[in-house]
Amino acid sequence: MTREELERIFAEELESIAPEVDLSTVTDTVNIQEYFDLDSMDIYNLLAALHQRLGIDIPDKDASRLLTVKDALDYLLLKLQQ
Amino acid sequence: MPSLGADMEDGILVEWLKAQGDTVARGDIIAVVETEKGAIEIEIFEDGKIEELLVPEGRKVPVGSPLAKISGAGEAAVSEIAQQAIPVEAAAPAAPDTTAEIIIIPPSMDKDPDLRASPAARLFAREHEIDLEGIAGTGPAGAIQLRDVEAAKPAPPKRGIDLDAMRHAIAAAMSRSKREIPHYYLTHRINVEAAQNWLENYNRQRPPPERILFGALLVKATALAIRDYPEFNGLYEQGSFRTSQAVHAGIAIAIRGGGLAAPAIQNADRLSLAELMVQMRDLIGRVRRGSFRASELTSSTMTVNSLGDRGVEGVLPIIYPPQVAIIGFGKIIEQPWVVDSQIVLRPIVQMTLAADHRVSDGHRGGLFLNAIAEKLYAPESL
Repeated sequence: MTREELERIFAEELESIAPEVDLSTVTDTVNIQEYFDLDSMDIYNLLAALHQRLGIDIPDKDASRLLTVKDALDYLLLKLQQ
Repeated sequence: MPSLGADMEDGILVEWLKAQGDTVARGDIIAVVETEKGAIEIEIFEDGKIEELLVPEGRKVPVGSPLAKISGAGEAAVSEIAQQAIPVEAAAPAAPDTTAEIIIIPPSMDKDPDLRASPAARLFAREHEIDLEGIAGTGPAGAIQLRDVEAAKPAPPKRGIDLDAMRHAIAAAMSRSKREIPHYYLTHRINVEAAQNWLENYNRQRPPPERILFGALLVKATALAIRDYPEFNGLYEQGSFRTSQAVHAGIAIAIRGGGLAAPAIQNADRLSLAELMVQMRDLIGRVRRGSFRASELTSSTMTVNSLGDRGVEGVLPIIYPPQVAIIGFGKIIEQPWVVDSQIVLRPIVQMTLAADHRVSDGHRGGLFLNAIAEKLYAPESL
């Protein structure tokens, strides 16, 4: 999977959880949890959605590695290669 | 039209989801009603068949008005939904003692006697309160046809959250609370290390969709503890308090961009943590999409308000009338704590009870908060 494909999937899942979110309005180093006011339930839903879509298990302690688009894509690509 | 809150006087029937002749079963969503709290789905509380829809879409009717006639399965009797759909178990405000239909006859809209319109067009216009005078007819000699009136009918309000209306509803409920309820507040700080460790271990062995959030532990601990403190679980109405056997936990849910709703999780004390988590996830998702059921808004017997990890240390919450208690939890903060005469760092949560002094006193409130703490100290028993 290319980084671009993954970015599209990440945006789709996040925007379906929180329809107010529009990732095209932020740079990839902005803290999306703070910027879009996401709470623990949103992050929970994001981990569950990525699990379902990509088949990867993200431990709770790694949720902090999904807080910017850049970090999230780095982390997810790594997990997909494992 | 069911009452969806003490301050509600009327509601707009936005959309029928069932038609005349449809068979309905208890729990079916049959209509959508627009109130100050937003668009609310209305459930039917009996099995039967829709004999007649009494209120057209787009019409505003007072609380207590029949919305439809439904005949029970195998019975000739016809009952009216307005009463059956009042979905309040513990709350049960005095139901209107009349079963007579409230029929609203709008003023005639076609004031001009020379105006040419077909009978069907006139009837439709009257039912939907549409002014025929502004409509260009496409029939013979410019007569207004049914299709012309249908095209002129304004679109029903969109389903979803109306934040302005929600702000009005919050203002009404909170003003009433501060005006009528003599609040007292108790706070207590607890070490949630055991609960956190237990949860971490539980979640580590499970894929993301089966994991549990810390907030579910707080709701379950409170729901279990309140069983032994019935003076905090129930409703204060018409000058007296009635305790509830069932524990329906209202969950305060923030809406991004402003707004708040506190729908209930029914029988929260009897759900496993996994079941509670599934219900919280579903409820929070639906509240934020603006689709929750009438029974979920009116049936809470107490409320839990957890600020979550992006909140602050503590909250002094306001009771949601006619309830008599709300329990607030601040976010988990690492703080100095004394263990075996040593100062160490521990994850600490401040919890607050706001309770109604007409019903209970601080001593019992303190015991209640301690009981919640005990539940959280033994997370395996939740």
